[in-house]
Amino acid sequence: MSKPQYQLTVAGENALMLYFDQRIDPGISALVHQACALIRAELAAELIDVLPSYASVLVMFNPLRTDHFRVQAQLQHCLAQLQNNDSQSGKQVELPVYYSEESGPDLALIAQTKNISIDEVIQRHQAISYRVYAIGFAPGFAYLGEVDPLLQMPRLATPRAKVPRGAVAIADRQTAVYPAQSPGGWNLIGLCPTRMFNPQQTPAMPVSVGDEVRFVAVDKAEFLRLGGELQGAEL
Amino acid sequence: MSSFEVIAAGVLSLLQDNGRFGQSVLGLTTGGAMDAPSARWANRLLGNDNNATLIECSVGGLQLRANSYSYIAVTGAELPLSINGKAAELWAVQKVQPGDVIELGMVSQGLRAYLAVAGGFAVTPQFGSVSTVLREGIGGLNGNKLQTGDLLAVQEVKQLPRLSLPPAYRPQFNRILTLRLVEGYQAESFSVTERQRFYLNSYKVTPQADRMGYKLAGTAIQSKQSQLLSEGICYGAVQIPPDGQPIVLLNDRQTLGGYPKIGSVLSLDCALLAQAVAGTELYFTAISPEQAHNALCLAKVRTDAITSQLVSL
Repeated sequence: MSKPQYQLTVAGENALMLYFDQRIDPGISALVHQACALIRAELAAELIDVLPSYASVLVMFNPLRTDHFRVQAQLQHCLAQLQNNDSQSGKQVELPVYYSEESGPDLALIAQTKNISIDEVIQRHQAISYRVYAIGFAPGFAYLGEVDPLLQMPRLATPRAKVPRGAVAIADRQTAVYPAQSPGGWNLIGLCPTRMFNPQQTPAMPVSVGDEVRFVAVDKAEFLRLGGELQGAEL
Repeated sequence: MSSFEVIAAGVLSLLQDNGRFGQSVLGLTTGGAMDAPSARWANRLLGNDNNATLIECSVGGLQLRANSYSYIAVTGAELPLSINGKAAELWAVQKVQPGDVIELGMVSQGLRAYLAVAGGFAVTPQFGSVSTVLREGIGGLNGNKLQTGDLLAVQEVKQLPRLSLPPAYRPQFNRILTLRLVEGYQAESFSVTERQRFYLNSYKVTPQADRMGYKLAGTAIQSKQSQLLSEGICYGAVQIPPDGQPIVLLNDRQTLGGYPKIGSVLSLDCALLAQAVAGTELYFTAISPEQAHNALCLAKVRTDAITSQLVSL
């Protein structure tokens, strides 16, 4: 099997970017995941932060303890261990979702646009196991992919001023659970009672980059029993 | 409990330290004092830990009542500082007693002042830092900016050398800025001509400038790449959205973004930009990573040398 290809680029005074092939792909994401572990082990004390995304890793180091030359050499050294094998590197997480027109105001729009039933939208969203490709935008916001092409929906032309915490949403071929109430332009299809970001808990998030997520439909009673809230979720 | 009480919070006063690092995997930004060198001077004058919690007071208007014997130092933007109505010097250690009212007026040069207290304000960190990030509701007191009535725990300190930083060593704000930029990220996606335009023309700070980033206005430049997969954004990264107007991303930036970036501004210059008001004129100049490293190490050596020569009043 061929060695994984990557590219190192300067990002800033104390930062380097590691790029893999620029596409959304489970194999690439697995390389990102492997690279993060290798980098954390190799650089340890000089590291300030390591930030993975779809097909890149931002490596930030302490410029008073090391420099670009040394970090580049260390990265090349540890990245020689990268392997093109598994695409399954994280843990499996199940997230309950209350799918309904009450909790997912854009379900009808998606069904109508795609000429399928609302039930089929709900079935198709649950049928796939999604990979956590990146976490960002807001604390706890995990970008999951990739959604069934039939459910692919562009972002709303006008973002909502208020999307409730727990909203399960689709934009293009990505899906996500809003970790907190915020403005947002994604299409809302349900509500998840699991807190995606809770500063009072350790770990603060149920998922991390590289994990696999499955959505499982629950009814309204179960949603409420699991701590879900409908009021305040003015949709 | 020894404390300082907030009588008036001013325009925007936030508890800050050096920032929150190593939490970007959760989507948490770094936060931290926007003008880090000025903030560190406030702590250094008081003999505090470099990361001690202090108050970043933007625009001014903060009033505190000391309920303890302590010492303070105010650095950063120029503004009138008074203790019980009596003018006090900035960039200098000032003694306070229980009942004293500390008042920061409105800024005349620069934008953000730093008020540090001997030993630092004692606030429980969240995710390893006290830095307040309002957008995230993380840090500070319950994720909030300071409000009237807030009590900030301090240590009682009765003896401390009265150090001050000589004026020659204080930063100058409100000048034309030259931001040193390390080219990187998608720099290659900007043609040589576009990059020339970027370095030869001046930009102005727009009113869309806050702790997340500073939007600039000037000659538009275009990347050959319009959109890319979202990727990690480092401090000082200069993002060029489709309108071609640069945005310098600062302490409270979003961790990921998908616009092309031409490189990143040197942190020492980001600190000066953070003190710039709307309308400030600036230029970019390219430096190599080696020059950037040199500048950082020199700044550190210089600061240490100045610190060792400070004399008590």
